[in-house]
Amino acid sequence: MNDLLVANSVSKNFGDFKALNQVSIAVPKGSIFGLLGPNGAGKTTLIRIINQITMPDSGAVLLDGQPLKGEHVRDIGYLPEERGLYKSMKVGEQCLYLAQLKGLSKTEAKTRLKYWFDKLEIGDWWNKKIQELSKGQAQKIQFIVTVLHQPKLLIFDEPFSGFDPINANLIKDEILQLRDEGATVIFSTHRMESVEELCDHIALIHKSNKVLDGKLNDIKRQFKTNTFEVGLESLDKEKVFSEIQDKFEVLPATFRNLNDDIKLNIKLGEHASPNDLLSFLTSKAEVHHFVEVIPSASDIFIQTVKNNQ
Amino acid sequence: MNHLPLIIKREYLTKVKNKSFIVMTFVSPLIMIALFAVVAYLSQLNKDKERTISVLDETGYLKGVFESTEHTTYTVLNGLNLEDAIALVKEKEDYGLLHIGDANSLEDVSKHVKFYSEESPSLSVISGLEGKIEKRLEQMKLEKDGVSLAQIEASKTKIEIEQESFDGEKSSKIDNVVKLAFGGAAGYLLFMFIIIYGNMIMRSVIEEKTSRIIEVIISSVKPIQLMMGKIIGTSLAGVTQFAIWVILGGVLMFIVSAIFGIDLTEVQTPQQEMMNQAMEANGAQVMAENLIAAINNLPLANLIVAFLFFFIGGYLLYSSLYAAIGAAVDNETDTQQFMLPILMPLMLAVYVGVFTVIEDPHGTVSTVFSFIPLTSPVVMLMRIPFGVPLWQQGLSLLILIATFILAVWFAAKIYRVGILMYGKKPTYKELFKWLKY
Repeated sequence: MNDLLVANSVSKNFGDFKALNQVSIAVPKGSIFGLLGPNGAGKTTLIRIINQITMPDSGAVLLDGQPLKGEHVRDIGYLPEERGLYKSMKVGEQCLYLAQLKGLSKTEAKTRLKYWFDKLEIGDWWNKKIQELSKGQAQKIQFIVTVLHQPKLLIFDEPFSGFDPINANLIKDEILQLRDEGATVIFSTHRMESVEELCDHIALIHKSNKVLDGKLNDIKRQFKTNTFEVGLESLDKEKVFSEIQDKFEVLPATFRNLNDDIKLNIKLGEHASPNDLLSFLTSKAEVHHFVEVIPSASDIFIQTVKNNQ
Repeated sequence: MNHLPLIIKREYLTKVKNKSFIVMTFVSPLIMIALFAVVAYLSQLNKDKERTISVLDETGYLKGVFESTEHTTYTVLNGLNLEDAIALVKEKEDYGLLHIGDANSLEDVSKHVKFYSEESPSLSVISGLEGKIEKRLEQMKLEKDGVSLAQIEASKTKIEIEQESFDGEKSSKIDNVVKLAFGGAAGYLLFMFIIIYGNMIMRSVIEEKTSRIIEVIISSVKPIQLMMGKIIGTSLAGVTQFAIWVILGGVLMFIVSAIFGIDLTEVQTPQQEMMNQAMEANGAQVMAENLIAAINNLPLANLIVAFLFFFIGGYLLYSSLYAAIGAAVDNETDTQQFMLPILMPLMLAVYVGVFTVIEDPHGTVSTVFSFIPLTSPVVMLMRIPFGVPLWQQGLSLLILIATFILAVWFAAKIYRVGILMYGKKPTYKELFKWLKY
């Protein structure tokens, strides 16, 4: 049993609108699972189903091998994209209330809150009202409330929005630390660079269907086109260029480098190996730059969505 | 997990600790009492005003009619003509001059009565004068036709119908007044409670939506728990506020009347006036006895039990609808179109209560409306003092409870979907669709 959360062909309709169509995902224990998709694809609906806010029309969700039920709210921490706090309530009171709703006792909640408030250096906010805090400050409170009851599964929907880079980093490190301590994280975002940084697994939902999922590295391998980015220096540029063009499929490339005269993306055929290309290039010119082009999460996202249009 | 007590506690505490709530709680009775005091003071001022009215009677028919009282002094002028009399009254700064012009016959006098004054005189002064003159002229006409004053007096008859039910229970007019007062107070209290605290529930649901905390909360608790917690918590805050109002109002009333020596009971409501009329009919002694008897006659135990059940049932029914409205919209201005279907039956209930229950508490209209769930709490509460068969109360309560369960189901559906819907204001058609999600 290596998957903490499994969704089996979950479907959900809102009237005539199909929000989710037979979507299945499996989130491995201890992973950071990126749930991606364009706006309105159905990510939030799926997340709400996992949180038992919405009930699926068909299909089942299993947490630790058990069908979801009421008690599971203790095992899940959810930071929704549409989030907020009671504006006129004091920070401390509010955190205690929300922690108690998650099943913590008052004293337990107090101890843990103190730990987190010290850790994030916000101890003096306890008696402030939420409306006195800035948006980023309120987000910090929200983050603490989400993780306070030490859930097995953490769901973050756009956790970095509203944070400055320093605080975003702080939160990112906290997420990684929680993962290292054994938590499983579902992470939904449109910021592909953080997907790249954090996620081990991803699933892509598009127009209510899951169109892609797996380990991020496997997917990248799937998507790579055997293309190499090359920077060459030669006295006779024209000649070298035409010789390469005769043998390989060549595209212009843009990357920063000091003094390369020729910058190219060279697509290898099915059978050619990178070594063949390299030895061919070294025989023609001086090689300064030779890198395999690995598709970014963003490329994969855009390409998949376009292909499924 | 049952979070209901926790939610109730939070809702209650945030309401009670809210600044505007505290201000409302302590300032409104002050304002109310101040208003009462001002009205009482003003009406007293009016009554205390002394006025002098001069009378110029050229016919002599009205001798002895105008006897001065505490507030009005009549000066009878003799041997002056009209112009001189007016000049004199003007100079004396009297309230006005009543002139009864020279008439050829008794029948003609009515055409020659006139009142001269600086400003237009008050209605009560004029009608008082008219009454006095009419009475005297009628007597004189009757005497002229040979009917003596003694005969007139002897012909006056007063009827006081004694009421007794088939079971031998005696009652009097005052009974009905007391019943009306009790029923009306209960119905009106419920009406006020629904309007004030229903709105508060609605606002608090909207607040949760606009502050976007709702999704965080309902990932921990079931929407129906949140809704019920809200309704109960807000109601408890409401009961607290009401209790403070009653106590504070009572104390302030006492203090104000003690300080200013104003008898606040003199500020009369129409109902009190009815009571006063009944009082005049009997003697004060009989009156007091009847009043006690009337209160004793009330089915008090039934009244209290029914009040609790219908009050709670009616209030919960309406407040779940308010909660549903709050969930369906994004801000308070959008609530208008959904409020109407709630307010209509409520107003209808009060009107039916006021107009038909008084007229005929057991008539078809009153009976039917005391069964229709949205009007039944108010109408039934007004009817019960007049004695409603227990099976009717039971049936009505049963219908009310069934409707309440249906309404909670309906509200919970709307609530569950609505709290997560942002953006455009939903139409009724969309609300209907939400029920199927």
